[in-house]
Amino acid sequence: AAAMAMNADLRRERAAATFQPELLTHILDGGAERTRRRKEIEALVFNDPDFQHEDLNFLSRSQRYEQAIRKSSLMVMKLREYGIADPEEIFWFKSFVHRGRPEPLDLHLGMFLPTLLTQATPEQQDRFFMPAWNLEIIGTYAQTEMGHGTHLRGLETTATYDPATQEFILNSPTVTSIKWWPGGLGKTSNHAIVLAQLYTQGQCKGLHAFIVPIRQLGTHEPLPGITVGDIGPKFGYDEMDNGYLKMDNFRIPRENMLMKYAQVEPDGTYVKPLSDKLTYGTMVFIRSLIVGDSAQSLSRACTIAIRYSAVRHQSELKPGEPEPQILDYQTQQYKLFPLLATAYAFQFVGAYIKNTYRRISGDISDGDLSELPELHALTAGLKAFTSWTANAGIEECRMACGGHGYSRCSGIPDIYVTFTPSCTYEGENTVMMLQTARFLVKSYTQVSSGQRVTGIVSYLNELPRQRIQPQQVAARSVTVRISDPASLVEAYKARAAWLVEAAAKNLQAELNHRRSKEDAWNRTSVDLVRASEAHCHYVVVKLFTAKLSEITDAAVRAVLTELCLLYALYGISKNTGDFLQAGILTDAQITQVNQRVKELLAIIRPNAVALVDSFDFHDAHLGSVLGRYDGNVYENMFEWAKKSPLNKTEVHESFHKHLKPLQAKL
Amino acid sequence: SVNPDLASERRTASFSVEKLTSRLDGGTEQTRIRRAVVEAIESDPIFSRENQYFQSQNERYEAAVRKAVHLQRKMHEMRWTENGPELKYIYRALSGDVAFLLHRVFMRCISLLGSDKQIAKWIPPASQYQLIGSYAQTELGHGTYLQGLETTAVFDITTQEFILNTPKISAMKWWPGDMGRSATHTVVFAQLYIHGQCYGVHPFILQIRSLQDHSLCPGITAGDIGPKMNFEHVDNGYLMLQNVRVPRENMLNKFCEVQPDGTYIKQGSQKINYFTMTTVRISLISDEVILPLMKACTIAIRYSAVRRQSKLKPGEQEAKILDYQTQQEKLLPQLAAAYAFHFINKYLQELLDRGYREIQTKNFDNLPELHAFSSGFKAMATQYCTSAVEICLRACGGHGYSLLSGLPSLYTKILASCIYEGENTILLLQTARFLIKCFSAASAGQPIPPSVIYLSAVKAGKCPAKNKLDFLNPDIYTEAYQHAAVRLVRSTAAKLQDLIQSGVKKHEAWNQCTVQLAQAAKAHCHYITVKNFVETVEKLDTEAGIQKIMKHLCDLFALHGIFSNAGVFLHDGYISGAQMDMVTASYLDLLAVIRKDAVPLVDAFDFTDKSLNSALGSYDGQVYQRLYEWAQKSPTNTQTNPAYERYLKPLLHNTLSKL
Repeated sequence: AAAMAMNADLRRERAAATFQPELLTHILDGGAERTRRRKEIEALVFNDPDFQHEDLNFLSRSQRYEQAIRKSSLMVMKLREYGIADPEEIFWFKSFVHRGRPEPLDLHLGMFLPTLLTQATPEQQDRFFMPAWNLEIIGTYAQTEMGHGTHLRGLETTATYDPATQEFILNSPTVTSIKWWPGGLGKTSNHAIVLAQLYTQGQCKGLHAFIVPIRQLGTHEPLPGITVGDIGPKFGYDEMDNGYLKMDNFRIPRENMLMKYAQVEPDGTYVKPLSDKLTYGTMVFIRSLIVGDSAQSLSRACTIAIRYSAVRHQSELKPGEPEPQILDYQTQQYKLFPLLATAYAFQFVGAYIKNTYRRISGDISDGDLSELPELHALTAGLKAFTSWTANAGIEECRMACGGHGYSRCSGIPDIYVTFTPSCTYEGENTVMMLQTARFLVKSYTQVSSGQRVTGIVSYLNELPRQRIQPQQVAARSVTVRISDPASLVEAYKARAAWLVEAAAKNLQAELNHRRSKEDAWNRTSVDLVRASEAHCHYVVVKLFTAKLSEITDAAVRAVLTELCLLYALYGISKNTGDFLQAGILTDAQITQVNQRVKELLAIIRPNAVALVDSFDFHDAHLGSVLGRYDGNVYENMFEWAKKSPLNKTEVHESFHKHLKPLQAKL
Repeated sequence: SVNPDLASERRTASFSVEKLTSRLDGGTEQTRIRRAVVEAIESDPIFSRENQYFQSQNERYEAAVRKAVHLQRKMHEMRWTENGPELKYIYRALSGDVAFLLHRVFMRCISLLGSDKQIAKWIPPASQYQLIGSYAQTELGHGTYLQGLETTAVFDITTQEFILNTPKISAMKWWPGDMGRSATHTVVFAQLYIHGQCYGVHPFILQIRSLQDHSLCPGITAGDIGPKMNFEHVDNGYLMLQNVRVPRENMLNKFCEVQPDGTYIKQGSQKINYFTMTTVRISLISDEVILPLMKACTIAIRYSAVRRQSKLKPGEQEAKILDYQTQQEKLLPQLAAAYAFHFINKYLQELLDRGYREIQTKNFDNLPELHAFSSGFKAMATQYCTSAVEICLRACGGHGYSLLSGLPSLYTKILASCIYEGENTILLLQTARFLIKCFSAASAGQPIPPSVIYLSAVKAGKCPAKNKLDFLNPDIYTEAYQHAAVRLVRSTAAKLQDLIQSGVKKHEAWNQCTVQLAQAAKAHCHYITVKNFVETVEKLDTEAGIQKIMKHLCDLFALHGIFSNAGVFLHDGYISGAQMDMVTASYLDLLAVIRKDAVPLVDAFDFTDKSLNSALGSYDGQVYQRLYEWAQKSPTNTQTNPAYERYLKPLLHNTLSKL
């Protein structure tokens, strides 16, 4: 379509904003210079004709895979041509090329190469790294099996050492042990790093990583003893060839085990690694990426839903007046603005975790692991908390766009199906919540036995001891001022403390019934998850509030303060049961909270479009007809639909094949 | 052979699965008919859905048309009729994966809104498929808010025709099923103009494609609206009209008529136009909402009994994930909800049948209540069941994400139900309007319909429960739900009143209270659903353990609702903090109790493997084998990899190292 003028509603919205969106964009990017650089890379990609293609919604899965491979090969070449090497800049580039979607080389670039760097010996790096860097070797990371995911110890693939030939014999002994899901495994890779139970000298030594060639270089045919293929269609991830891998007595040389830490000597002697905490570092890093992804995905969905709601007019608010923008309805604001506030909250949490990780990763490589357990526990919970919330939030945004949200042209279905697996991968969310709960209960136990705990759980120190029943906690009086973010942080803190204590006490009660530790844990796990959620919720409110003081521009600080208040108060109104039962807030205060939430909706309303503009998504990146920056929604929906595959012919072939004979017969 | 982990679940059932099945069907005869229909459909390869996850939009559409055509033959062969008891089971057995569903809405619309003459003219050729109909209401710019539709129908006295037009882009019809590629005719809703005066939205019958070569008629632009989250088999379409003329007789005129001189005559309520929607709204709940949830529960619960992960006790075998409290807490409340909605749907169906009979006699008295009922329950059931299906999907971890699990398709399909036939928030507000009206009427001492009579019964006080077992007493929790509903309706009504008295305009006051109003409507529907579940359980046979297990499910459904909305019940102290702990304790206890019967409870839904179409949910529980075998049939494995020759090979063969 030809360039059209900006929709009048959006123009008016933008003119009425009380702050400068660019300033907020700079805060999100981490400085004006980062914004400039991001936009520079954005322009490199979106102005490059090599990266243009037909709308992916009209392509078959096989075509989408093909497009992705084509773009990935170009991407690798161009990154080197442009000399882009900073990890964050690579990440941007990739995200623009693939419009936020996964691609078949993700595992090669994101897991195979880094694992070689961190876990391979210098000799192994000589053999594998450069060929992999030059893509003569394309690798993936094969961990998950059909029968086991998050519970790694349950993996069944075996690697048995044969000292006679100095080889490992790899086997998939059961159907459940077939590797299942690794990205790029189905069709793309010719190598895989395979996680398997190591057997040497008749003993199982646990999980270890092996470099396994799977396809013939040159012909790309599977090697003898290897069965490999694509796992079939999924909810999303159409461009990714998630694969399966079955190995039958497949032999690899001893030198193919990644041996920087653990080793198997030629005679089969096993040498243990120094610390197993090292792998925590990678997990923390990947989980921090998911927190960032939660923020980005929710921000994209909010951008689409809020812009569309400013363009769409429907029904009447005042008799006789023109139809209002649907964004003027309280119910629509109530659906979208708390999500907008959540998106901002998660943006700041994501930045915080990334910075913390960066800060302590220096310590980690120096061998100082002291801060890891807390960060590990925190990222597990926050990964689950943010991905669950964003997952539900994206769906609410889609639903708020009514019927048109259901069309692929809205772009939200794609955001959802791409994002939703993050609730499962890199640690299933419930399991993650329980990991955080374990840390919380441990800290609580320390406090009860008289020790003080430090860091983010230090609020547990404030719990008065020797209480018998949880209700008595209700006696605590927190004076909550509902218009003061700092005071709301205290309220969330009190709620977290109350739920952690309740869960810990219930756990103790189960143990007193002489149940085994595991059984007692299982019978308390619903409480434990609630405690973890409350803890994470507190952390998010706290981090959002802390961010406010860093903001120098008064207008931006004002609007972010309103969002922060909305985030905190909406969270209370959705969890009134906890705050009431714990005696943190009274009935009257809850009524005030509900009232204040509605006032904030009206206060935020004039800035809503500017607040999503600040996320600064390029139209091509957003991939949504409803969320276009210029707001020309209906014209472009029609243009888009005309390109649909069913419209390729004027009269569909089904007419001649089926309809006509039917009409003739009856 | 059946996976031993599933077999052991079935051996310990506390009730007769077969008896429960026939109870759900409404009698053993119904079960027999249903099974016969399912058998006939599923044994016919043309109706197979096995490959659907591998098919493109074009292939899905063609298959659906082919099935619809074949179905005519099948019905003839099986001697099934349009009015026979088999009909509802046919569509269920096809899982809706068939074309021309809107053709049926087209016919229903004519039957309801057309005069006898119109029915005689259009229904016989339509039932013979001499024409294929669609139902064009929604436009690009307007959906639920019908008064806002922009398509126009101007009466031209000189030719005795209506001139239909799409005056601007937002007025284009958008979404109607069967319209993109199949339909030859449609009922189109347009603003009627006579002598320059607008008379509101009316239905017109309009031909859009040639009956000879299927080409578009003059003045018509139509096509497919492009890919969606699901419904790939349906050609949802767009339609643009430019000075298309239809004769005066094509306006459906049972309730309103334009006479040759342009006089407009109304007979009965204008609201009657919406009765089609009311009926569609209720009829969709069973097949499009409750059945998908039952299927999702079946898949997720069977899979959770087969999948073993991690250990509950050191040294033991890995535990079934269904044994984890957190997994039970995800799935079992959804199972209870499936039963709760099944029973409320039966109740709604009866109300609707009664309403239909009354309307035939032009008695419209109960229309407002019926409308409020259908709106609120449509909103509640679709919202609740949609999120329940998503919970089932996510409870299956990574494998749930595979299309072969069947869950993504169930989810993307059910979630459309939150939007079509009325956007849920708007529907809840319609119910709220009814509740507020009844509440005011009751306060003024006027009579109100029986379903809302509870609003006038003033009961203060506190929940009398003393220990956790008290919360297994239906009176205790039903009262709590009733109390919460009354409180929310009353406080919202008061708030509205206050605002209006303080000088805020009525419509503005309404908008300021809509969040609360929607909440009040939900509380009302939740209360009615709990109450109906309780009453249904009371009427069940005590034999064969059915009443007992249904009582557990009813308790679970009710307590889950209190547990998840604790604030609503704690707010005015009706339930105390200590009582809320009792609710939680009873609720968690129930999970362990129902856990034992979880597999038999989904077996009772009696879905065949073919209808589930899921690698994870099959009756025999051979999950992994099935997943592996099915994946190998994927085109990505059976066809050569086009990307290899074109892109991968050059990549691997060292074009990069030159850089």
